[in-house]
Amino acid sequence: MFGLDKKDTKFLWIVIALTMLTPILLNPFPTDSGLAQFNAGYPALMQRFAIYGLMAIGFNILFGLTGYLSFGHAAFLGVGSYAAVWMFKLLSMNVIPAIILATVVAGLFALVIGYISLRRSGIYFSILTLAFAEMSYRLAYSVFTPITNGETGLQIKLDDPRVLDGAATDGALPVPGLFGLNMNSTYTVDLGAWSFDLNAGYYFCAVIAVLGFYMSLRIFRSPFGMMLRAVKSNQNRMNYTGLNTRPYTLAAFVISGMYAGLAGGLLAAMDPLAGAERMQWTASGEVVLMTILGGVGTLFGPIIGAGFIKYCENIFSKINENILHDWFSFLPDSLESVVVWFFARFVGEGWHLTLGVLFMLIVIFLPGGLVEGGQRIAAWYRNRGKSEDKATKQPAE
Amino acid sequence: MSKMNFSRRGVLKTGAIAGAGLTLPTYLRADAHAGFTNAPTGSTVKLGFNVPQTGPYAQEGLDELDAYYLAVEHLNGGGDGGMLNTFSSKVLDGTGILGKKVEYVTGDTQTKSDVARASAQSMIQKDGVVMVTGGSSSGVAVAVQSLCQEAGVIFMAALTHSNDTTGKDRKRNGFRYFFNAYMSGAALAPVLSNVYGNERRAYHLTADYTWGWTQEESIKASTEALGWETVQTVRTPVGAGDFSSYIAPVLNSGADTLILNHYGGDMVNSLTQAVQFGLRDKMVNGKQFEVIVPLYSELMAAGAGANIQGVYGSMNWNWQLQDAGTQAFVKSFGEKYGRPPSGSAHTAYVQTILYADAVTRAGTFNPCGVVEALEDFEFDGMGIGQTLYRGSDHQCFKDVLIMKGADNPTNQYDTLEIVEVTPRAQVEYPDDHPMFAGGELGACNPGA
Repeated sequence: MFGLDKKDTKFLWIVIALTMLTPILLNPFPTDSGLAQFNAGYPALMQRFAIYGLMAIGFNILFGLTGYLSFGHAAFLGVGSYAAVWMFKLLSMNVIPAIILATVVAGLFALVIGYISLRRSGIYFSILTLAFAEMSYRLAYSVFTPITNGETGLQIKLDDPRVLDGAATDGALPVPGLFGLNMNSTYTVDLGAWSFDLNAGYYFCAVIAVLGFYMSLRIFRSPFGMMLRAVKSNQNRMNYTGLNTRPYTLAAFVISGMYAGLAGGLLAAMDPLAGAERMQWTASGEVVLMTILGGVGTLFGPIIGAGFIKYCENIFSKINENILHDWFSFLPDSLESVVVWFFARFVGEGWHLTLGVLFMLIVIFLPGGLVEGGQRIAAWYRNRGKSEDKATKQPAE
Repeated sequence: MSKMNFSRRGVLKTGAIAGAGLTLPTYLRADAHAGFTNAPTGSTVKLGFNVPQTGPYAQEGLDELDAYYLAVEHLNGGGDGGMLNTFSSKVLDGTGILGKKVEYVTGDTQTKSDVARASAQSMIQKDGVVMVTGGSSSGVAVAVQSLCQEAGVIFMAALTHSNDTTGKDRKRNGFRYFFNAYMSGAALAPVLSNVYGNERRAYHLTADYTWGWTQEESIKASTEALGWETVQTVRTPVGAGDFSSYIAPVLNSGADTLILNHYGGDMVNSLTQAVQFGLRDKMVNGKQFEVIVPLYSELMAAGAGANIQGVYGSMNWNWQLQDAGTQAFVKSFGEKYGRPPSGSAHTAYVQTILYADAVTRAGTFNPCGVVEALEDFEFDGMGIGQTLYRGSDHQCFKDVLIMKGADNPTNQYDTLEIVEVTPRAQVEYPDDHPMFAGGELGACNPGA
């Protein structure tokens, strides 16, 4: 179906099912239980899962297929956000024009940066993109303050023109919406002790993320994708055969830049504020981490990586020492304080440490990322019963 | 290419499942919202403490967090009650807020607007807080304030000094206790005139972002009103680390005063380098060269060490004040953590108490009721004399401290000494003052 073979169609359906059921899957613990701390099914975080998942999918088209490691993708995210917020300010609170402009502007920006940066490959390319992103960040932070509102971030205001919407009447800031459906409207379903938030914004992001995933699936399976893989495996040989690879890498760069811009536009659509630090090098590094953590060059890996990092950032950072004291209150006092002290290094302000340790473990033991971990478990599960057969089939010395 | 095979059985089955799925929600009870966002239903109420725990302002953030813990303890009747005993409003009795025990969640803003908003959203959407407080940077405070306005919860800003927070970005659901750049300028000017005279030539180094600009604007306006001349204003990138290339030209500019509109690590570096370049030993125009740091904090003073000796600046509050409120707070903070509280800790503590008090006086957690109770609220006993929460811009008006780097500090906590307490009347301004114009509070938003 959809121009995919049977296996891919099944894969696509699984992804669709997972994204649609996310509000339920991420809230496995009853609301009042102690484990509710680990629930992640609230609208803002689910939206981020979908948005950063989309960005990582786009990044993977460049990094996973061509092997070009861009350290400046956050610039496109930021440019997309600014474009979207300006659309909200000038045209309408409808999200459609905002995300279209975000994608287009990011695409043009990627064309310029890509045209220059792609003259070099390998580490030089990475440094060039990093330099461009950091430059964009600095410019947005101070020089371009009339456009970006600097450190404070670009926000919508009551007195913005919004030519299509007309003036606001009740003194409340308007909310981004899709033809009247507000992005922040949430329908809460209480099912026994559980509570699930079905949020309009999340489903909007999810639909776009699934479309983005479908596009990337088609690119992976297309002759164009094959050409990009060829660039990764040996660009010199491609050049020697008389083939100019630059248009292919540039196309991949622009496509992945547009994914990032779209993600930035969605971020602004969910929460109409665009800050300069969205373009900082740490933000660029984050998407690299997401992709590597999940599995470079795999279709689903980047999404898992994005979810994993956002989960750590939002859930672990909120566990403070008092919560730890609650958990370990069953221990004797002296032991409790030692245990709490130890775990406190890894949660709250120490969540970066947790992420760092996990990242090292994964890179060392699972070079293929979390996807490889999943595959290994699946393989082990399938071969459970067969290990004995294997042993008997060993040839005699 | 694609191949779609519909069997009759398949279509029926899918249809039945989809139909069941669609009707299911009608059997389930939809959540009934009680007039405003996160109305507390049980015997507890949750507050959200959203501070930087990592990044450049982490130290300030963690100090604020300690103060929040202390405030919660006092609200729930623990400890010695701290400033609850000296606060002029007596409705808080140590039984929580409106009889509900106070609980809290914490979050890490990393001093980034995006992260701060994500963290605040999670507090509001997941943990069900009725009030968010915190912030150690004006950009973050402005961003979180507008988020709280949209979500329909109260935002009690902690450390934010930019004019914009209660100026062009003011919001009905947001309140600031901390003073601002304009007040720093207005309070510093007379003292500077006394010690350095009215014929100075000032050179500004300014952190290149919103806060730096508003401070530069404010200080420039108030010093020029004294008769000082502004030789040049130079913008420096935030987090530059090395300021030597900006300080060298100061010597040749003919200026005799350097004003450092920097905060945190930037200020520590720029001041240290200015001293290393020998600026303060120079004589220019027949006058001793002087350095001024308009906004001081204890942590900056500790970082700059001996370099701040004799340097003037302003503060919101300092633990060395002698009034009953300050003494009560310093005592309970010191007993719990073994050190005196910083100015940011004081603001964090006071904002929490003020919120609890406003809820109790309003008799409801509804943000609109709280806003009404806080607007034009006049109180005392919170450490720095008679204070007014002005209703038209949600800025607190109170005395401002002028500080000087102590000449002979005896320990790591008294590196600053109080020179003067500038009375409130001197730092007041109309709410449509040009530096604050362009903002509108809007209507209060109770949310869902």
